[in-house]
Amino acid sequence: MRTAIDDELLRLAEDEGLSQDQRAELSLGALVCGVIVLLLAMVVFIVAQAWPSFAHNGLHWFGSGGNVDQQLESIFNSTSYLHKAVYTFHAWPLIWSTILTTAGAVILAFICSLFIAIFMVEFAPVPVQRILEPVVRVLASVPSVIYGLIGVLVLVPFIGNHLITQSERASVTPVIQLSGYSLLAAVVILTVMIAPIMISIFADGLRAVPRNWLEGSLALGVNRWRTFWKVAVLTARPALIAGTVLATARALGESVMLSMVSGSVGFAPNPADGLILFVEPSRGLAATILHNTDELSSPPMEHTLFAIAAVLLFSSLMLSLAGWGAKQPMKRYFQVGGAEA
Amino acid sequence: MSRTRALESSSSWRWTDRLGLAFAWLVGLLFCVICAAIVIYLLVQGIRYLHPSFLWTNPKVGNTQNETGGILAPLLGTALVIALAMGIATPVGVGIAVWLSEYARPRQLARVVESTVEMFAGAPSIVLALFGVILFRASFLGFLTEKTGGVVYGKGFFPAGAMLSLLALPLVVTSVREGLQAIPNHVREASYAVGKTKIATIRRVLLPAVRPDIITGSMIGAGHALGDTVIIVILLGDTYILQGVGHVPLLGTLRGTGDTLTSYIFDNAPTGDLNQPNKAFAAALVLLVIVLILNVIVDIFGRKARELKWT
Repeated sequence: MRTAIDDELLRLAEDEGLSQDQRAELSLGALVCGVIVLLLAMVVFIVAQAWPSFAHNGLHWFGSGGNVDQQLESIFNSTSYLHKAVYTFHAWPLIWSTILTTAGAVILAFICSLFIAIFMVEFAPVPVQRILEPVVRVLASVPSVIYGLIGVLVLVPFIGNHLITQSERASVTPVIQLSGYSLLAAVVILTVMIAPIMISIFADGLRAVPRNWLEGSLALGVNRWRTFWKVAVLTARPALIAGTVLATARALGESVMLSMVSGSVGFAPNPADGLILFVEPSRGLAATILHNTDELSSPPMEHTLFAIAAVLLFSSLMLSLAGWGAKQPMKRYFQVGGAEA
Repeated sequence: MSRTRALESSSSWRWTDRLGLAFAWLVGLLFCVICAAIVIYLLVQGIRYLHPSFLWTNPKVGNTQNETGGILAPLLGTALVIALAMGIATPVGVGIAVWLSEYARPRQLARVVESTVEMFAGAPSIVLALFGVILFRASFLGFLTEKTGGVVYGKGFFPAGAMLSLLALPLVVTSVREGLQAIPNHVREASYAVGKTKIATIRRVLLPAVRPDIITGSMIGAGHALGDTVIIVILLGDTYILQGVGHVPLLGTLRGTGDTLTSYIFDNAPTGDLNQPNKAFAAALVLLVIVLILNVIVDIFGRKARELKWT
């Protein structure tokens, strides 16, 4: 927020040789540059550490093939008694698990959050609204480890005892065990975790829609629901994108809760198998890093784990870029609705 | 906020619209029920195992859940690591926010800073944790952690606090910046008119005015740092008691390793190393209470920030 007066003052200060102001500006600038350099150094360091794993596997790194857990084990063991480090690693089951949990939770949370935000902003009676607002804030601030704990002690046993039939259990016995640690538990808890983030940003966007736009529509005889749905929700699109991007980033990076409830098996649930998909265990990218942190002492393992981290970092950066890009064309038309954007 | 009033009844609407409204009611109430269920379940389970002595004893090695002590060390560890993280994140965050909103030149640099901070706000904390692993293994940072025979251990309160501060930084920046931008320009101009320099204006006029925003921002940041488990598990060492290094009292503890409530819960969950669900529930209740208190503080100061209206 510079004004013409600022410039004038600065010029005056220079004339009189008062440099305290300039010194302050320079030191603040140096601080800012330091933080930026640190953040960029993070990207460089992580990619540099990850390089051996990518260089060895090429694009097969992202492909499937072999048992991922066995590959990780032989990577870890390769320094202790072999001379040559092993890097062979095909991460597809982990990537697939991350895609399934993230997509499932984001889609489910988006639908629920949109309706809850509409309800909260426009349709809820005032007492209900007064309850909903703090509820959203409390759920947003519950640490993920608590969600994980509740998942492990409540939801996982419930799925294991009531939702999995004996025949289902028997049908997959040679490959994996179904014990309740499952995709379903992961998706449900992740949805509860990310919905509050979406709701609060969606609600901010919906509140910023000018009243007279809605009143114009109401005056034409359109009912309240349709008015809000057609005018307010469309106007708040930039906020919808911003909220979804933030929530997706949170879901992608979630490791603690997922490592607790999704079952630590490097297995890719196959959609062709039908509904049993949802009760099968898996393990995502972030959870794999957490699962193997004790093995960072082995250099090949370290490179492999950093490669996973590099993929996560890259996708989260791309996600914010995509969200920014998606908002650009709308900015021209929806200046008003983009309060959060 | 004024809302459109319900002068019409929904019975005249088309069925799709009525279905939409019904679904909105359903998910809205379901959400409240889920929240109530989580809080009540934790309260019931937590209070059963929560005794005053649980808060005042250190974790011990034992065979049954009666012998394994309490959560004194994790509580202290949480307080230390959060204090350290916010001690770094608050001044740095305020500095960045002031620079972005008051100076911001050269323009290009400001744009880069803005987008970088925004992009890294969504970076997964596990990536930050791994970055901490390589950063604090460097020998020139070795004085911050334990060092045996030239090998830097790289785990302790300093690495964990530093990485948690990176996690909290974007939240502080956003909050303080919003506060600064809400101050109209004539306030600054009035200060210049009485002969204050720009930096004096920032220190004497702008920063006092955004104090509620600074507090809100750092409390939101502290809330995030408090809930983070990955950075703690990887960088704090995850030892059950505070293991200091050297003989200097506070500095030794900070250089050493420890434990926090989140990693205590993680280890005591059925999937963790210890598997003592009762202890995990009690610790989760304590953590939830701390988080709720932080929320209330944010609420109070947020309201104060909004009350301060500039005309």
